[in-house]
Amino acid sequence: MTRTKKLKKSTKQNIFTKKRKLNRSLVGDLVLFLMLLGFGFFSAFPLIMTVSNAFKPLDELFLFPPKLLPRNLTTENFRSLSELMSQSWIPFSRYFFNTIFNTVVGTIGHVILASMCAYPLAKHKFPGRKLFFTIVVYSLMFAPQVTSTPNYIIMARIGLIDTPWAIILPAIGSSLGLYLMKQFMEQVPDDLIESATIDGASEYRIFGQIVMPLVKPAWITLIILLFQRLWANTGGTFIYSEELKPVSYALSQIAQGSIERAGTIAAVSFVMMIVPVTMFILSQSQILETFQTSGMK
Amino acid sequence: MEQKDVAVKNPQVKPKDRTRWQQFLHDVKQSRHLYVLMIPYALLFLLFTVVPVFMSLGISFTYYNLLQKPTFIGFDNYLKLFLEDDVFIISLKNTLILAIVTGPVSYILAFVFAWLINELPKHLKSIMTLIFYAPSISGNAFLMWLIIFSGDAHGYLNGFLLKYGMIDSPIIWLKTEQYVLPVLIIVQLWLSLGVSFLAFIAGLKNVDKTLYEAGAIDGIQNRWQELWYITLPQMKPQLLFGAVMQITSSLAIAEISISLVGFPSVNYAGHTIVTHLMDFGTIQFDLGYASAIATVLFLIMVGANLLVRKGLRRIGD
Repeated sequence: MTRTKKLKKSTKQNIFTKKRKLNRSLVGDLVLFLMLLGFGFFSAFPLIMTVSNAFKPLDELFLFPPKLLPRNLTTENFRSLSELMSQSWIPFSRYFFNTIFNTVVGTIGHVILASMCAYPLAKHKFPGRKLFFTIVVYSLMFAPQVTSTPNYIIMARIGLIDTPWAIILPAIGSSLGLYLMKQFMEQVPDDLIESATIDGASEYRIFGQIVMPLVKPAWITLIILLFQRLWANTGGTFIYSEELKPVSYALSQIAQGSIERAGTIAAVSFVMMIVPVTMFILSQSQILETFQTSGMK
Repeated sequence: MEQKDVAVKNPQVKPKDRTRWQQFLHDVKQSRHLYVLMIPYALLFLLFTVVPVFMSLGISFTYYNLLQKPTFIGFDNYLKLFLEDDVFIISLKNTLILAIVTGPVSYILAFVFAWLINELPKHLKSIMTLIFYAPSISGNAFLMWLIIFSGDAHGYLNGFLLKYGMIDSPIIWLKTEQYVLPVLIIVQLWLSLGVSFLAFIAGLKNVDKTLYEAGAIDGIQNRWQELWYITLPQMKPQLLFGAVMQITSSLAIAEISISLVGFPSVNYAGHTIVTHLMDFGTIQFDLGYASAIATVLFLIMVGANLLVRKGLRRIGD
């Protein structure tokens, strides 16, 4: 009797009304909420400081206790950043062009090629399928640093060192995107594919016209993940010509200055973080939808 | 064409006189369009991810500097690594300490936060997700920790401790051996709520709500019992995926060490296997030795993953 009453009550949820959700106590809710708030502050504090320092004048940067919000908003830091940019002997637009080229080509390539590869793995049985997917899962278990030395040798052999392709091609072949795409595609109903096969559609058409439009959240996720990776890539040892370096490299050079440049460093960090963070905000729901199928067996 | 497809899907119609090899060739031929779709990605994946693992193993038995041909030297690199290279042993120790602390802690935090966030109203939920996830995608925003841990009185932490009289003079956090690893642990934890956190949030949405009601009828009385008996077993696939992501990144800590405590750090206090690998691979160009380090790292990463996976599979069994 009391149980059914409880169940009915649980439909309304508000932490301050007496109608509690199933198995939730007010004390527990409050304690856990405060804990979440505390850790949330720990997580947000450095980011908030980065944003606010980027807009603080020099005399406010080293105040103690640090102010979460600037008293006199200024764009001085961004002006000194653009001054430093104009002093570099490679025009800054060149760095921007490199980043845009790497990001656009790499992201489009990854979404298309990884989806093409994910479709057979998700929806067909054929010799080699299990083996290939097992290797993909294993590849998630080690970081890319493990393969950096042989990658350098391979790229040196095929002449990719010091070309944008040294950044783009490994990114296209990265495995997290393929894994997520394949898991997501498994949800596409088999009936759709079977009926298209009976109607005489080729596998290529089924992939392009039936499967791809249905997995939009997954492409958005792949785009975001690869964008983040390419946006942050500084080219490392694979690119040494200054005119081929991406913007993250140029900005990290500026950020390497001493603590006196704290304002400029904050301005650089602000520019670097605002782009991926905005993209994530805009696509959060599609990304979460994709991750619903990310589970492993 | 359609006839053949039916034959493949229906084992009863399969001609019985084919040998297994003929059947295999038949299946391969049937699937040729699928292979065509897979080839472009598969080539890149094999070339830049799979082949390098084997190459690394092979090169680790040689002396190779990219200019001269590699010369075979057997297990010399490995012997030197474990018997003579004290810095490697330090880096191994640091890597394991960092991983053993940040791996499990970040994994549990990612899950707990996801679980708590899941009960918030929709908009608050999106905001909290962003707050916890943002550090991992904010590029070099972690440089803010340089100011927090700055060694003079302007550093936020020193300022705070000085003000409340907990220390008499500022502590040079980033250049004092005993503080290097704790600082790296804090920053890594801050950065570590990445894709696994998203997977957990998404996975919690998957849990069938009626199970909670059924559980309540079966005698589950509080949120902890509900978590242990219903939520965790339902989340197993995401938990396994999240573990892989978290283990791999906790063993690969390098960038924050280089940027915050320097490369090399004071007395190698922040040196990790990956920074050691970078030292030999990209500065000293002893590629054989670097490959031996990479191979050891590969074995540690895959070994840790398989071990943890075995443990996690038992949840709810």
